Amino acid sequence: MLDQQRDYVLRTVEERGVRLIRLWFTDVLGNLKSFAISPAELENALEDGMTFDGSAIDGFSRVQEADVLAMPDPNTFEVLPWGDPKSVEARVFCDIHNLDGSPFEGDPRQVLRRNLRAAHEQGFTFYVAPDIEFFYFAPPEKGQAPTPLDEGGFFDLTTTDIAGTLRKETIRTLETMSIPVEYSFHEDAPSQHEIDLRHTDALTMADSVMTFRLVVKEVAAKQGVHATFMPKPLEGVQGSGMHMHFSMFAGEDNAFYSDDDPYNLSPTAKQFMAGLLRHAAEITAITNQTVNSYKRLVPGFEAPVHISWARNNRSGLIRVPIPKRGNPSATRIEYRSPDPACNPYLAFSVILAAGLKGISEGYELASEAAANLFELDDAALAALSIETLPQSLSDSLKVMEQSTLVREALGEHIFEWFLRNKRSEWRAYKTHVSQFEFDRYLRAL
Amino acid sequence: MELVAVFPEPPPSDLARTLDLAGYRWKAVSSAEDAARNEPPTGWAGAIIACDADPDGAWALCRALRKRDAPVSPLMVLVSGGQLADLQLRDELFDDFCLTPFHPVEVEARLRHLFFRGGTEARPEIVEYSGLALNLETYQASIEGHPLDLTYMEYELLKFLAQNPGKVFTREILLSRVWGYEYYGGARTVDVHIRRLRAKLGEEHANLIQTVRSVGYRFGQSRWGN
Repeated sequence: MLDQQRDYVLRTVEERGVRLIRLWFTDVLGNLKSFAISPAELENALEDGMTFDGSAIDGFSRVQEADVLAMPDPNTFEVLPWGDPKSVEARVFCDIHNLDGSPFEGDPRQVLRRNLRAAHEQGFTFYVAPDIEFFYFAPPEKGQAPTPLDEGGFFDLTTTDIAGTLRKETIRTLETMSIPVEYSFHEDAPSQHEIDLRHTDALTMADSVMTFRLVVKEVAAKQGVHATFMPKPLEGVQGSGMHMHFSMFAGEDNAFYSDDDPYNLSPTAKQFMAGLLRHAAEITAITNQTVNSYKRLVPGFEAPVHISWARNNRSGLIRVPIPKRGNPSATRIEYRSPDPACNPYLAFSVILAAGLKGISEGYELASEAAANLFELDDAALAALSIETLPQSLSDSLKVMEQSTLVREALGEHIFEWFLRNKRSEWRAYKTHVSQFEFDRYLRAL
Repeated sequence: MELVAVFPEPPPSDLARTLDLAGYRWKAVSSAEDAARNEPPTGWAGAIIACDADPDGAWALCRALRKRDAPVSPLMVLVSGGQLADLQLRDELFDDFCLTPFHPVEVEARLRHLFFRGGTEARPEIVEYSGLALNLETYQASIEGHPLDLTYMEYELLKFLAQNPGKVFTREILLSRVWGYEYYGGARTVDVHIRRLRAKLGEEHANLIQTVRSVGYRFGQSRWGN
């Protein structure tokens, strides 16, 4: 089949007059990286991969053996719907290999592949559907706070819903790139929007999230608007999350569904949830990887703070949405802490690893926390033995560092590099003196 | 004559004897990889694949031999009476078949006829249906003359459906016939790809692919109208 896939790609490049093929991959922090090749090089690239110097990429390098190999995954070949129609471009995602052909440990896509294989070996396919929130702002100026679009002033025609137009154009572009959209709407905060993607297997979805972030930014930039996935860009209003809906299928059947449970959750689903809850603190550095992420995870803004689950209570970390009647395949769980600035390959990897751990060890799921946890005081929470998520990047890193689960899920290379990189981010932040401190202390002290 | 590939390894002894007596030069192969490794520089002259012992392996091999730049032809499969249903919707994977237990004279006669025809293809290169056109030669799809940008699997799924208009397919059938056995994605993959295809066909043409409740999907109108 691989032969024919390659053939398909080569013929399409020829027939559609593609001038440039962009080879896409992702660094450890979740930034999309790309280099371009001409059609003449493509056949070779599909066959043998393209060598490049990995030391230029964050988290890739070990200086003494810097060269790595980008192997295009022909299944992800797509003609890009933007740009000059006379000089068509296409993209293809790559897996990164060592020169000897073995998977490169620094490549997040390979890390996800490895974790998905573990699920496959237990007979499961892992499906993900993310709800991605983001803001539209006027182009940011250095040192200035962001300006929301719909606060007036930025656009002359206040009657025109420019953001609505942007969102429509974004969805059209996503659909032409094989990324189906389920819903989209204007969120609570000014200038905040949400687009929900339809479920697909986790590898395709991680690729889709990378494409999604680029498409949202590209479409906005064309209209002179800046789109951002920064988790908490505006103080005092809710931040941007990336709630993730998960289910696992065993062949045709949803392994999370059961007929004879009041919540229609199978033992597998409950063990998965138990695993996710027990290891939630350990994986938070990956699902919420910036200093800013933790300014979203505070009470009062619909973001989770407590490690708990519930059916309809949005203050929990895991929510179990009630599926439409008679649709077992829609049974799923929603994990609410991740934000859209995470690396989707690594986030899906650690979440899956935590869930599978719950299944293999037969973890017991704690009972549902039906109350609004934000209304309970510490003593009441302690009585329910409900803990909180790490409160800062520094706290998250400390928990992650002790985690065998995360170490194994990410592999030694990424685990070590990530901790090093993020500790230095925290150190840089710690030395910063903020407006908060001037306002509070400068005159008073 | 060049080498003919025979599956499985070792082949049933009556098949080996029949081929020897009929004067074919053949080599047994155990898998698609094995067939690729042992392929003569000028390519296999044909293939004879017995499906009864290991049907999954046999069909995977057929797929590997046919789904490539230069498909191996002629290709004959040997199936038991109980496996006749497996032939459905796999027409592109073989040129002829013979029932097992087979009569040696029949196999010989069919092979002679197949090799005489020498792989002349009568298959149309363009599939058209209500504004949709697929060029099987160049892998290009278009709707009302506008090119459709599809991923490989989207293209393969659309091709399969468009070649069988009016028929209802279950997700399982689509998965096994379009993706093949080696694919481990689950039947949901089919829904995901159908949804993507509909989006790319555009609102006006999305209903070319119809959902048949609690069964699966159908391309175009049913033969009895709606």
